[in-house]
Amino acid sequence: MSDIKYILGSFGDPDEMMHGIEKLQENNISIFDVYTPMPIHGIEAKLGIKRSRIDIAAFCFGITGTCAAFALIYFCAVIDWKVNIGGKPSFALPDFIPIMFELTVLFCAFGMVLTYYASTHLFPGRAPRVMDLRATDDRFVIAVDAKDNVEHTVIDGLLKDAGALEVKYNERKYISYE
Amino acid sequence: MSGHNESILREPLITGDNITYAKITDDILGPVENKPNKAWWIGFIVASLGALLWVVAVSYTFWNGIGAWGLNKTVGWAWDITGFVWWVGIGHAGTLISAVLLLFRQNWRNSINRSAEAMTIFAVICAATYVVSHMGRPWLAYWVLPLPNQFGSLWVNFNSPLVWDMFAISTYFSVSLLFWYTGLLPDIATIRDRAVGTRRKIYSIFSFGWSGSVKTWQRFEAVSLILAGISTPLVLSVHTIVSMDFATSVIPGWHTTIFPPYFVAGAIFSGFAMVLTLLLVARKVLGLENYITMFHIESMNKIIILTGSIVGVAYLTEFFIAWYSGSEYEQYAFINRSTGPYWWSYWMMMTCNVISPQLLWFKKIRLSIKATWILSIVVNVGMWFERFVIIVTSLHRDYIPSSWAMFYPTWVDISVFVGSIGLFFTLFLLFLRVLPSIAIAEVKLLLKTASEQAKMKQIKEGHENKEYVAEYVESLEKFDSVKQEDYAKI
Repeated sequence: MSDIKYILGSFGDPDEMMHGIEKLQENNISIFDVYTPMPIHGIEAKLGIKRSRIDIAAFCFGITGTCAAFALIYFCAVIDWKVNIGGKPSFALPDFIPIMFELTVLFCAFGMVLTYYASTHLFPGRAPRVMDLRATDDRFVIAVDAKDNVEHTVIDGLLKDAGALEVKYNERKYISYE
Repeated sequence: MSGHNESILREPLITGDNITYAKITDDILGPVENKPNKAWWIGFIVASLGALLWVVAVSYTFWNGIGAWGLNKTVGWAWDITGFVWWVGIGHAGTLISAVLLLFRQNWRNSINRSAEAMTIFAVICAATYVVSHMGRPWLAYWVLPLPNQFGSLWVNFNSPLVWDMFAISTYFSVSLLFWYTGLLPDIATIRDRAVGTRRKIYSIFSFGWSGSVKTWQRFEAVSLILAGISTPLVLSVHTIVSMDFATSVIPGWHTTIFPPYFVAGAIFSGFAMVLTLLLVARKVLGLENYITMFHIESMNKIIILTGSIVGVAYLTEFFIAWYSGSEYEQYAFINRSTGPYWWSYWMMMTCNVISPQLLWFKKIRLSIKATWILSIVVNVGMWFERFVIIVTSLHRDYIPSSWAMFYPTWVDISVFVGSIGLFFTLFLLFLRVLPSIAIAEVKLLLKTASEQAKMKQIKEGHENKEYVAEYVESLEKFDSVKQEDYAKI
């Protein structure tokens, strides 16, 4: 028993998995993480995960883009090299708007997505941390840390009661790339 | 999602019985995990021959300069800009489906967004090549960037819509690519976890180590929503700026404030037509009838009627305003369009874009796969002619009658255009083989609420209003993937 690191409850149905989370929490068993093939709404509230602050990051990146575009155009067209086009003013703000808008979107999109990749540790070539290979296919997997929660038979029973199709005892944290 | 049933009055988005999460994965990954069939190979060979023609024609243009095209001193813009605007327009449907329909919570987008977004990216690649070829000296393409004088030119002219367009198209391409790829990550991870050996290693690199944990999904949804929010004005801005390439000039026929909304509607119109052209074939060949249902096809046809009618109103408004303006040059430009030497292209545009899409008001035509497919091609032909009419007929008779001319394409013009279609299909066919053509994770979201089997279960439980059930069963008649016998029993 001592070699077991994680206990995985593998469910075939998202509602049963939600039920499983409730059961475990009622019995004061802490959940390490849950792996699902699709987003499950309402699960963040159950696991006490705070609202994502990525929108604040997106806004900051967007504003940076707006300012960068304005600064670039203002420097080029107003300060560095004024071009006299029929005597029209070189500080023609309406003409600046399209590029300011495009750079806002560009900075916002790239800044936000790169922040997302960094905060969730996603980058090309990263070794996947997968506990159950079917969690990206048709299984909804609840992972429980076996070292912190020692009553393995109780966990087993609770998961099966909630409708788990399978309960696995993993001796390695991540089974991918053995 | 959990435990909430959707109203029985809504048509199902996934048909068929015994659909499970595993079956969805198997069905969608079929073309990716198995060897391609004969139909794919035939399509691929034909398309790649087209792409080869494109390589030859574009290289020939690069080597000899744009004198290889049929341009003359009066008509300085012709097939190249026509092709550019046509391809950019086609690309717009992908963003519309993935972004605008997400904001409006139109769940039917879930099964068509992936291939529509792929189509966007390939269409913008085709469009970009026209711009680069038309530069004449493509090795100096970086001159469009704001570079200081040491590089040989002044700063770019920030008052010029062509510079705005460079920013718009490159932002549009890179943001679309980012949106598409981020959405692909969970699905690439699905392929990775089912594959073995080298395949697994390759997909593992491209999956960025996706695990599907709670936080990853939570942030993923936030990111998708914000990307949709910023892509919506982006897609509108792109075609607005493309139209400003014309509208800010002083050429009669181009100098019109109606251009931005008219171009955007036209872009969505042609884009949906191209989505239908591709998906009606892909659905059949890849056996995806249960996911891309008649409801999806009908919905897209409805968007085509709407945008086609907007385009029709724009054509008439343009004509009316030309008369109402009292400007004889403006009036002549439009009279010449419809009755001058290019009358056939004007009437081709009118027939294909305004008249024939009205046939879709008939339910029978809207629900016929053959008719829809033919009409989608007619629309694409019409939209190509629209750009040709706007560009060439406005230019070919300028202010001095001695310089009036006609435009005749050379073999290079034709080859670049035909070749770009080949390039587009080559990329699309390769996409179908290596990446899932339907967003697997997003379709799984629909299984418990919006599928035919979930609704069948609801009916069998017997708590539903009888009238509603009757109406629902009637709405199923149009589906080619539903067995009516199953409902006769209940």
